[in-house]
Amino acid sequence: MKIAALLKQVPDTETKIRIKADASGIEESDIKYIVNPYCEFAVEEAIKTREKNPGSEAVAISLGPDRAVEAIRTALAMGMDKGIHIQHTGGWLDSFSVATVLAKVIGQNNFDVIFCGKQAIDEDAGQTAQMIAEILNIPQVMVIEKFELKDAKTAVVTRRVSGGAKEIYETPLPILVGCEKGLNTPRYASLPGIMKAKTKPVQKLLSTDLLAGSQSLVQFVNYQLPPERKAGKKLDGEPAQQAKELARLLREEAKVI
Amino acid sequence: MVPERSRGVEGTPRLRSVTTPKEEKIMTDILVLGEHADGKVKKTTFELVSKASQLAGESGGKVFCLFIGNKVGDLPGQVACFGAKAAIVVEDEKLANYNTIAFKEILVQVINQFKPSIVLGTASPTGKDVFPRLAVSVKAGLATDAIELRLDNGKLVAKRPVFSGKTLVEVSYKTPVQLATCRPNSFPTNEASTGAAPEIIKLSPQISELRCVMKEKVQGVVGKQDLTEAEIIVSGGRAMANADNFKILNAMADVIGATVGASRAAVDSGYAPHDMQVGQTGKVVNPKLYMACGISGAIQHLAGMRTSKVIVAINKDPEAPIFSKADYGIVGDLFTVIPLLTDELKKVVAES
Repeated sequence: MKIAALLKQVPDTETKIRIKADASGIEESDIKYIVNPYCEFAVEEAIKTREKNPGSEAVAISLGPDRAVEAIRTALAMGMDKGIHIQHTGGWLDSFSVATVLAKVIGQNNFDVIFCGKQAIDEDAGQTAQMIAEILNIPQVMVIEKFELKDAKTAVVTRRVSGGAKEIYETPLPILVGCEKGLNTPRYASLPGIMKAKTKPVQKLLSTDLLAGSQSLVQFVNYQLPPERKAGKKLDGEPAQQAKELARLLREEAKVI
Repeated sequence: MVPERSRGVEGTPRLRSVTTPKEEKIMTDILVLGEHADGKVKKTTFELVSKASQLAGESGGKVFCLFIGNKVGDLPGQVACFGAKAAIVVEDEKLANYNTIAFKEILVQVINQFKPSIVLGTASPTGKDVFPRLAVSVKAGLATDAIELRLDNGKLVAKRPVFSGKTLVEVSYKTPVQLATCRPNSFPTNEASTGAAPEIIKLSPQISELRCVMKEKVQGVVGKQDLTEAEIIVSGGRAMANADNFKILNAMADVIGATVGASRAAVDSGYAPHDMQVGQTGKVVNPKLYMACGISGAIQHLAGMRTSKVIVAINKDPEAPIFSKADYGIVGDLFTVIPLLTDELKKVVAES
């Protein structure tokens, strides 16, 4: 069985985002990058699936600048077998362009299961995974909290929907799934794992070769900070007075209850 | 695909025929994917139809609302007063459950037939799932999780949060058809003056044989609104100290019709399940009132709730960062304040 985990490097969740003076993007200097948390669930599930299916191969794929290799090495240290780095040094790509490139690489490798994060926490678009599935004309199940192989050709997947409801799908392989928090607990890379990762193969491809002939569908413009919230009133007095005053303000001033 | 005119229940009047798109093509027509549950149109769809009719009004276009399901019933009538001129109905036993490919194929055929220039959906489990595939199918740009929409020279411009709302960006489209999914509670619902029944157009699009099918649906808590759609949210943080203590938040939530959420600290400590988490790696919410109880206000949590219209913070620590974002703050022990506040809210609610 061939298993893929797609991963993206994103700014650490603590990062304070600064916007370029011409509003065309964000300042990328001084950003500490991490593996997108939802992609970590994808990597963990790929490794678990590989472990349960001896003879399988788990491949970590990332598109990005040179630093994206760090994300691949992290995945290899966790236990993925090999990596594919699609080096991209050009400008911003929209979700469709990214999906086009990744779909080409996935298509060439005949993966049976493709694990993705449900979204990347930088642009929060949540489009790339579904777009890849559409380009490859394979089924998808997004926002999953459980993944099981029923047999070598069928997966049973639980998708989380609104208000605590769940949908359980049965699907033939190949399948693309979008991983949600709660699916698993990503392992930490062990020291031997980190040592071993250094010798695992990472194939390098160029995005320019794979982007040939594709077109972007949207452009992000006019980056801006959200309106700053001002600190409001702190209510004084004894707890009983504070509670009474807050209930009154919510009704009469804020008019929200 | 030909509009079907004879599928109505026997004895009911035949449905009106439709003018073909060739005779009547307006470039700024807007299609809304209607969402519904238990025979009722969801509020998020009213919001989208209201916004769509405002945009269409500016440009002389029409708003269509598409309903897909096994029992569409009187859903079309429910959207009329918000400005939908026509309802497109796709009704089939096979569509009792959501299916990505079936919905995509229906949308593609509706777009090809009616040629809307803008297609709007909700940033819901359905909208988030199907719109990216639709975008590839019809080669249309897509903005997900939009919070503002406007027209610029007849073309859609969508404003959306990135980096969990730490930054906003505008999406400009390079395609003749423009798609967007919108975050619930982003637009007011405007009841239009006339509530004339919309034209109903029944279609039976081709759906290919489905490979991936839903085997089972597990219901959530009955009557519980999802955090992403909730108008009022009461959230608990690490200071809740255990799962059982959430009952005081539940009690307060019941009084004001709120949904209960939690911070990452509370979820990671096992006090609340993952689907209650608000924040950068949880749900991004957009309620009119957000009450943060025992939540310090880490940057990742603020990212998930900063667009709330009104924020209340209750925390023992007067230095907690949440107070710098809160409209109303109470420095105090939540175990003392919440029960008192619950009683006061009961009184206020009873007065109305």
